[in-house]
Amino acid sequence: MAGKALTALITVVIGIGAALLLFYVLNKIAELLPARWEERIKPLLYILPAFLAIVVYLVYPTVLTFINSFKDRSSTEWVGLQNFEDLLTDPGFQDTILNTLLWMIVVPAACVILGLAVATLADRLGPRGEKTSKTIIFLPMAISMVGAATIWRFVYYAAPAGQNQIGLLNAGLGVFGIDPVAWLQQSQWHLNSFLLMVVLLWSQVGFSMVLLSAAVKGVPGDTLEAARIDGASERQIFFQVVVPQIKGTIITVYITVLIGVMKVFDIVYVMTNGNFNTNVLGNEFWNQLSTNFNNGAAAAIVVILMIAVIPIMVYQVRHFKAEEANA
Amino acid sequence: MTFPATTVIDDTPKVAERKAPDRGEGNPAKAGWGTRIFLILLCVAWMVPIFGTLVTSFRSYDDANKTGWWTVFTNPSTLGDLSFDNYTRAIEDSNMGNAFINSLAITLPATFIPILIAAFAAYAFTFMEFWGRDFLFLAIVSLLVVPNYVAFVPMLKIYANLEMNGTFPAVWLAHIGFGMSLAIYILRNYMATLPKTVIESAKIDGASHFQTFFRLILPMSVPALASFAIFQFLWVWNDLLVALVFIGPGQNEPVTVALAGLRTSVGQGWELTTAGGFIVIILPVVVFLAMQRFFVRGMTAGAVKG
Repeated sequence: MAGKALTALITVVIGIGAALLLFYVLNKIAELLPARWEERIKPLLYILPAFLAIVVYLVYPTVLTFINSFKDRSSTEWVGLQNFEDLLTDPGFQDTILNTLLWMIVVPAACVILGLAVATLADRLGPRGEKTSKTIIFLPMAISMVGAATIWRFVYYAAPAGQNQIGLLNAGLGVFGIDPVAWLQQSQWHLNSFLLMVVLLWSQVGFSMVLLSAAVKGVPGDTLEAARIDGASERQIFFQVVVPQIKGTIITVYITVLIGVMKVFDIVYVMTNGNFNTNVLGNEFWNQLSTNFNNGAAAAIVVILMIAVIPIMVYQVRHFKAEEANA
Repeated sequence: MTFPATTVIDDTPKVAERKAPDRGEGNPAKAGWGTRIFLILLCVAWMVPIFGTLVTSFRSYDDANKTGWWTVFTNPSTLGDLSFDNYTRAIEDSNMGNAFINSLAITLPATFIPILIAAFAAYAFTFMEFWGRDFLFLAIVSLLVVPNYVAFVPMLKIYANLEMNGTFPAVWLAHIGFGMSLAIYILRNYMATLPKTVIESAKIDGASHFQTFFRLILPMSVPALASFAIFQFLWVWNDLLVALVFIGPGQNEPVTVALAGLRTSVGQGWELTTAGGFIVIILPVVVFLAMQRFFVRGMTAGAVKG
């Protein structure tokens, strides 16, 4: 055991040392070139290792995944659009898509609203109260989804009726003499999916709060004062002065959470493994890969995810260009 | 996992812009009782699940699985029954101790090795002119949102050919590749805020790019390097999917995989699962609380842009 830890430390040292050596050598190679070429080649050598990593782990796999999505389960024969057809005509997968859409609709919006509420309200507390409450709301961000799922599975836990309820939610019901509910199996109205979303919200609201809080504090004081002098109520000030000025941050937070939600996996995997109609794309990908050994279907699911991400990507690039133009 | 900083975060206005003198003592809108009660309830709701898990992890099998954790407080005589036994069992019998070491072995190299590589690229993007620079950087911005799911099937095959599946280097390299675009993005945004005059005077003094990078830019970028390191540390330590795909359960599994496995073992009691849960979350929580300032700064990275 200690050997492994030592190996890790040695790897860190060797890894950093190797990177240093690599850049030293690359730099030397550039310096050997005639001055005119040195200036041209050097930056390319500086970005080379980083781009190598990106090409190997993102660009090349993306291309291959597109290709695999048109091939059979072991990626040997071409099957055209068969994978997509099989998936999209399967009622189970249709439910999976619907569930994922539900997550995408509910979680980012709820995250922004709750985060903005905490950011705005905590701003009115004294410095100590503000810091404490923000740290508490922020803390779950450090907790892994597996950890969060374990914590919340315990909250939702249902012992058979008649036994002592050790899950917080059912114990609460018990106080009012209500029979225990197997929460994670309640698929009516997607109740269980919503309960899973609570876990993600719990871990992500802090992120939304921190960014929005910085934005709220950045709203120039004189615009608020002017509104107050004009006799605006706190509510009017919030919706008509503050919100328009932090719109950019709201969109940023919304998109960031949205991208995360599209890929959600751990929570569903640990809490229900997609049973009781709670399946989402991320978990289905893992099922196809590890249980069905169907590379074609797994690749097709990733392609569906990629297509869903494209509008966000276009927005990002445009947004970035606009920002750079302003800078 | 939803990792936060995968989007262009550059809208956040500068915190410094807050006109403190204008506002007198903080926000003139003071919290009323409604606000206080709402925040207190929210904070309680946020903490109680963690607290219940923590308490349960110290209770015996019978206590934890037959009575609610709150009975410890309604029935203080049972306080003496709390012990570290579950942790001992989780660490020794359920492989959590070994998994903790594995997690360290996976996380440390995957956190520190990419930093220098990304810093060099960010330096080139910020301070050097070259053909295709803007296009390449836009490519990085667009790659920020590509789900890492794309890499799993193709890399599994490559790793199979290299007989790398199940080994630490397989995950190191994967995390380095996945984290690279974000690292370059954060560092480049930060470096763009450094005063150009410093670089120019270094150039006039005859410093090469290599020297300027190591003597000036790298030391000046420490806050951004730290915030990326924390991001990457949390992301790698907390990752489940990458570890499941490339390592899987077994001798090399990290804590997240071990915890997910605890769930499925037959006859598993809550006392062990909760202890396992705490072994998984303790280190990132400590790092997070200690480094919160850098973490927040990293999240609002674009905000410091001048």
